[in-house]
Amino acid sequence: MLEAYLKDALVARLTAWADDEVVLAQRLSEWVGHAPILEEDIAIANLAQDELGHAKLWLELRQELDGSDPDRLVYFRDPLEFQNAILVELPKGDWAFTMVRQYLFDAYENLRLKEAAKSAYPPLAEAASCILKEERFHLKHSSLWVERLGQGTEESHRRTQEALETLFPYVHQLFQPLPGDEALVEAGVVPDLKALEAPYLEEVTAHLVRSGLRPPEGGYVPKSRREHTEYLWSLLAEMQSVARWDPEAKAW
Amino acid sequence: MMQLRIGYPEDRDYGERLEEFEARIARGEKIEPGDWMPAEYRRQLIRMISQHAHSEWVGMLPEGAWITRAPSLRRKLILLAKVQDEAGHGQYLYHAAETLGITREEMVEALLSGKAKYSNIFNYPTLTWADVGIIGWLVDGMAIKNQTMLAQCSYGPYSRAMVRICAEETFHHKQGKEAVLLYAKGSKKQRQMVQDALNRWWWPTLMMAGPHDTDSPHTPLLLRWGIKTKTNDQVRQEFLNEHVPELLDAGLTIPDPDLRYDEKTGNWIHGPIPWDDFWKVINGEGPMNRHRLAARRKAHEEGRWVREALEAYGKRHLAQAAD
Repeated sequence: MLEAYLKDALVARLTAWADDEVVLAQRLSEWVGHAPILEEDIAIANLAQDELGHAKLWLELRQELDGSDPDRLVYFRDPLEFQNAILVELPKGDWAFTMVRQYLFDAYENLRLKEAAKSAYPPLAEAASCILKEERFHLKHSSLWVERLGQGTEESHRRTQEALETLFPYVHQLFQPLPGDEALVEAGVVPDLKALEAPYLEEVTAHLVRSGLRPPEGGYVPKSRREHTEYLWSLLAEMQSVARWDPEAKAW
Repeated sequence: MMQLRIGYPEDRDYGERLEEFEARIARGEKIEPGDWMPAEYRRQLIRMISQHAHSEWVGMLPEGAWITRAPSLRRKLILLAKVQDEAGHGQYLYHAAETLGITREEMVEALLSGKAKYSNIFNYPTLTWADVGIIGWLVDGMAIKNQTMLAQCSYGPYSRAMVRICAEETFHHKQGKEAVLLYAKGSKKQRQMVQDALNRWWWPTLMMAGPHDTDSPHTPLLLRWGIKTKTNDQVRQEFLNEHVPELLDAGLTIPDPDLRYDEKTGNWIHGPIPWDDFWKVINGEGPMNRHRLAARRKAHEEGRWVREALEAYGKRHLAQAAD
């Protein structure tokens, strides 16, 4: 059992992880039916399903802690209550933007989940190992795309480098702690994200360079997960539109 | 590439070969890619299988538009899985057509240029979330009737693709029915929404089975060669007999004042189908024809640089491997 003083902190942590997945799944969903080849329509629908499934797992862990309803949290929370990273909320852009974003996120997920699988809180450790199995495939898929686009044609290289310029500064936000994280880390419940940042940057930089790309220096780095862009409101407005359209509906 | 053996009526041995071919079909044997076949058999199959593949690919659009608005985590996961299946069906079907010596690029070109057809049903808009449920239950319900028939067809690759596709379609049908039944007993707005969706989709769904047998010029030959094993009217009748009682049980109103049950035959008999509308839509003047094709062309154009990059990367790596 989890000690009471850790509960609120873990609720916040799980929600932030779930928010990343929900928002990323939404951006991926926008591609379904519009991908550059039919095989990638299949792949991207699969990625979106997996990410959403992971969100569901995190929210179910939260439900065990505080009895909250996962659907209420996703469909009835207001934009400023969402604690997803900006990386996942930016508009989908072109295929290079989508694949670079996916790669940067997948590499982070893999590192984080490997550590989370050792959590002292068994339900979290179990969920993390289960998610990790799918994330390994995601990383294979997105890292290969980054390489193909980086080394493909002049145009694909240019587009991929441009996407990287926009996206790269935001990766730092993924590693920023939430207010209650310190106690959770100390109790061995969640990994110390700050400690994962350096190995992440090393791994990602090596792959980007191998793919003929240059990780940019500088750029705006958000200060915490409370920061968002102007894009989040409309993303959530669309996502929540049917659920909020009929407040009398008891079930969907 | 498999060597194709195609017979033309002017070939010296055509009569004899055709007799053998028809005897095989009559015995219930499957025709496989390298087997002798009449040119017209191949032409009809390419037409049907590629149309079917295009229908899956275009068919991702009307429902796909609602993935981002699906009102619960469960519905969103189901819809993503369903639209993913449609892409997968498109993929097997393009491959099945390729066994007849046509390339995917040629088929895609025929679709994008407007030469090839796809199922008319996708030229109607999905106006509300309830449309997703009605499409799953009724549109996929009709598709299953047709596809179960095609799973028996004489061409091996098409028949096997249909067996797999039908298994997945059964899940699509179930989820649609489950949603419609829930909304039919749901809040006032849900009930109105689902009835409205039924009103709009009913006639287009009945038309999916194709024109009446008396107006369907291909049917006799397709039946004789086992490409189809049932007529359009038979497929439509099976659909009605299964779905009408269930829709009525759900408390929904079917928008056909002449619909009646015939005690003698045990069949549900529909009123006159608005065929004028069907022909308009099939000839390009439906509400969404331009939009569907424009969306396919846009994805194709915007994906061009990606496909070029894949090719360049592939070539470079092949060359490196050869060094």
